[in-house]
Amino acid sequence: MGNTSSMLTQYDIEEVQQHCNNAFSQQEIVSLYERFCQLDRNGGGFVSGEEFLSVPEFAVNPLSQRLLRMLDGLNFKEFVAFLSAFSPRATVQQKIEFIFKVYDSDGNGKVIFNDMLDVLHDLTGQFISEQQREQVLTKVLEEAGYNKESLLVMSDFVKILGSSGLKMEVEVPVD
Amino acid sequence: MSSGKGGELIPSSSELDLDRPNIEDYLPSGSSIHEPLGKLRLCDLLDISPTLTEAAGAIVDDSFTRCFKSNPPEPWNWNVYLFPLWCCGVVIRYLILFPVRVIVLTVGWIIFLSCFIPVHLLLKGHDKLQKNMERALVELICSFFVASWTGVINYHGPRPSMRPKQVFVANHTSMIDFIILEQMSSFAVIMQKHPGWVGLLQSTILESVGCIWFNRTEAKDRETVTKKLREHSQGVDNNPLLIFPEGTCVNNQYSVMFKKGAFELGCTICPIAIKYNKIFVDAFWNSRKQSFTMHLLQLMTSWAVVCDVWYLEPQNLRPDETPIEFAERVRDIISVRAGLKKVPWDGYLKYSRPSPKHRERKQQSFAESVLRRLEEN
Repeated sequence: MGNTSSMLTQYDIEEVQQHCNNAFSQQEIVSLYERFCQLDRNGGGFVSGEEFLSVPEFAVNPLSQRLLRMLDGLNFKEFVAFLSAFSPRATVQQKIEFIFKVYDSDGNGKVIFNDMLDVLHDLTGQFISEQQREQVLTKVLEEAGYNKESLLVMSDFVKILGSSGLKMEVEVPVD
Repeated sequence: MSSGKGGELIPSSSELDLDRPNIEDYLPSGSSIHEPLGKLRLCDLLDISPTLTEAAGAIVDDSFTRCFKSNPPEPWNWNVYLFPLWCCGVVIRYLILFPVRVIVLTVGWIIFLSCFIPVHLLLKGHDKLQKNMERALVELICSFFVASWTGVINYHGPRPSMRPKQVFVANHTSMIDFIILEQMSSFAVIMQKHPGWVGLLQSTILESVGCIWFNRTEAKDRETVTKKLREHSQGVDNNPLLIFPEGTCVNNQYSVMFKKGAFELGCTICPIAIKYNKIFVDAFWNSRKQSFTMHLLQLMTSWAVVCDVWYLEPQNLRPDETPIEFAERVRDIISVRAGLKKVPWDGYLKYSRPSPKHRERKQQSFAESVLRRLEEN
């Protein structure tokens, strides 16, 4: 797919739709493409971290740095696949997989205590001390049947999050 | 830290923060805060879906970027009958209208300079006469500019009376806003100092109508500018000040937050609303995409610049109002009149990152709810 052309062909749209497992309708993909081009100001075919951070609503988000690591260098097809977890058509399993990937920063399929601690740090900043964070996390882990040395895998996440009615949806504006 | 037009970063000073009303009131919050019910469990800590949803929502669409999106008129040349017509239109616009307009503008400049330079140099002693003549001449050259885009401007409302302690504010779409208003009545404007030929014009001709310059990139600049504003507005013989409180050009469909500087001068505020008709040309000057010269050329090769200008009822600071509330109230008046949607963002976020204060507020509320639920054991 050309990175400088601003015209998507029907073939391109279908390819992207397939890649994201039909998470978005064709109209939504066209809208996302417009948005992608709008964000990709230098026309490099991917949106850089700087360009994402120029959206103030994104820059103030506590998890923005973590997400930037996942978003950096994605082309349009991968960008849509990234967002597919937020489609109303995505399954709970796909949403939990996305959350797992956010935690699993080294991508080895296992989430350790420090990974969870890091995310908690992002979310709470300087308003809880490191010690308190460790205490809280250890406590709720033990109550759920794990401990500090536990390695959580995808199925653990499904068990923990699967029943809590996960709501993670974003609406793509279609003109 | 360096600064510049290429979207480079300046740390947003704490002074800028004081300008902004609480953005948290506008942003989709509450979803970051878990309901404070019951004991804290592992799933509550691991479930980052609200924060992720906010981030994804911002990636997919956000109200700030929408303000600076150019909206070119819909192309209508898409079928066999219309395309030749459109081609004729292009020929007429570029090969007939454009040269005529360039001639008109050149004639205007010749007349202007041949009157202005003598007046400026010879009438040095006779201040009042010099000022009046220079004002009239600036109004003249502005009329020539407007003619060079075939400007059709409808002015509504009573023409401003020149009274002291009066400041005019308007929404900002392009630097031509100033030209359009100046052709009707002489204002002193406060502008960002630009490089190039615009800067030259600023330092020579616009000085004569009493313009004030600021430099966005200088942190201390704000104090000096506020002082200059106050001095100017107190002066009896000065042209009334025209201020664009948004601080940057916005695309004429949205309005960003007004800076409170103009509203703390202790003067009456006369709002002016400007709305361009998009069918003829998109008058938004997207300074990230084109230089002012290109923007002017684009206007000169369009059919016309059609716009409405409303002079609205003068407003004063109410006894129970802060300057920020006053600014928002005036923004509301202007936005309603010009059909603009209001967004809660500071226009300067075009050039700098939001303050870490906003993120910290979210972190703080989440941290507090975690600790609170931990207590409930």
